[in-house]
Amino acid sequence: MASRVLLLVGTKKGAFIMESDADRRDWRLRGPLCEGWPVHDLIVEPGSGAILAAAGSPWYGPAVWRSEDLGTTWTHSSSGLTYGDEAEAIKTIWSLAATPDGGLLAGVEPAGLFRSDDGGSTWHHVEGLTNHPTRPTWGPGLGGLILHTIIPHPTDTARTWVGISAVGVFETRDAGASWVPRNVGVRAEFNPENRFPETGQCVHKFAMAAGEPETLYQRNHCGVYRSDDGSETWQEITGELPTDFGFAMVAHPRDPATCWVIPLSTPEDGRYMPNGQAAAWRTRDRGATWTRLADGLPSRDAFLSVLREAMARDTLDPVGITFGTSTGQLWHSSDEGESWRMITDTLPEIWAVETVVLDA
Amino acid sequence: MATVVLPRSLIALFPGAERRHVVAGQSVDELLGALDGVIPGVRERLVEAGPRLRPHINVFVDGSPADLATPVPLGATVHVIPAVSGG
Repeated sequence: MASRVLLLVGTKKGAFIMESDADRRDWRLRGPLCEGWPVHDLIVEPGSGAILAAAGSPWYGPAVWRSEDLGTTWTHSSSGLTYGDEAEAIKTIWSLAATPDGGLLAGVEPAGLFRSDDGGSTWHHVEGLTNHPTRPTWGPGLGGLILHTIIPHPTDTARTWVGISAVGVFETRDAGASWVPRNVGVRAEFNPENRFPETGQCVHKFAMAAGEPETLYQRNHCGVYRSDDGSETWQEITGELPTDFGFAMVAHPRDPATCWVIPLSTPEDGRYMPNGQAAAWRTRDRGATWTRLADGLPSRDAFLSVLREAMARDTLDPVGITFGTSTGQLWHSSDEGESWRMITDTLPEIWAVETVVLDA
Repeated sequence: MATVVLPRSLIALFPGAERRHVVAGQSVDELLGALDGVIPGVRERLVEAGPRLRPHINVFVDGSPADLATPVPLGATVHVIPAVSGG
């Protein structure tokens, strides 16, 4: 039985941890952690339970931080996080993922992938992705040329998907030696000469359906998509969502037909919740229909923005959903989005949220 | 030998580390290499690919701006100072 629920929060000015019991009503805050470094992503390493933070200091560079005592003490390393002395320096780390064979993957800016087999102490470059023939054509999104999403296949150690802005989704089926762009069917409306190029799509986030590794949901700059064939092709499921745009997406931990997104107004219109009316949206039928979820969220004057890593779900039943805003608020639902409560409104700009459920 | 003075925000990353260290080296690069033997990992925090000092790290040798190649006289004082930047 779950006794503790932790929200790991990455912000522009450090990591924070909020903790509650399984009721998820009363939360206590710890932080700032990681010496106030900007934190783009947080994960928990399966097996060890260690917390890992993807961070980059404006002064001291990129590092992966590691805590084996739930955030009380930390170590950090960037050993091996380099493209070499002749290449561009790595600015920061945007994403982390644990592989099914006990490794760790880190996505960095400028976009590239690194692997660690010692818990994050040392890293080596996954050169196959950087050596992809399209690499000279890769261009940055507004947030930079960043590798922001990593999804290892849950059982096949040779397969991994990554998302790069503004380049698209890539898949490897040979443990990183070679990569294939996976953007068929995804619009690139900002490319007037070719709306469906091989690469150049602005993927914002994607997620794997529970128990169905061939089913992926994608939140793109230009709509929302689903793939039923392991990303070889994508079908648009934007449907009745109020806008094409948004960053955050999470998938249900048990139901492969359910995921959540937070639509935002278009880049030209400010990138905040449409009309200042806050809402998350949920599909329970793989994107055929969407339901607006706004009970408890502000219905006016809420010009909130939620960034790509700033929404998370827990594994309880009903599922808890949390999102953080770029103005430092955390909103939580303990009933799969049916109702919401603000659990803090005084954090720095929130970049990442992750959830940890600890057993009694 | 030279005395290297580190900023508080840097030694905070290495619990137990002192602000002042007397280490051997004839250049800033050599000093930082020697310092890394005392505080493992500290060079990574100050030096990026190139190798060169990170963009917002300033080093002064006896009060003069320096880079990795700058010579360090015997008995010099070397200050490492993070740039006044950010918000």
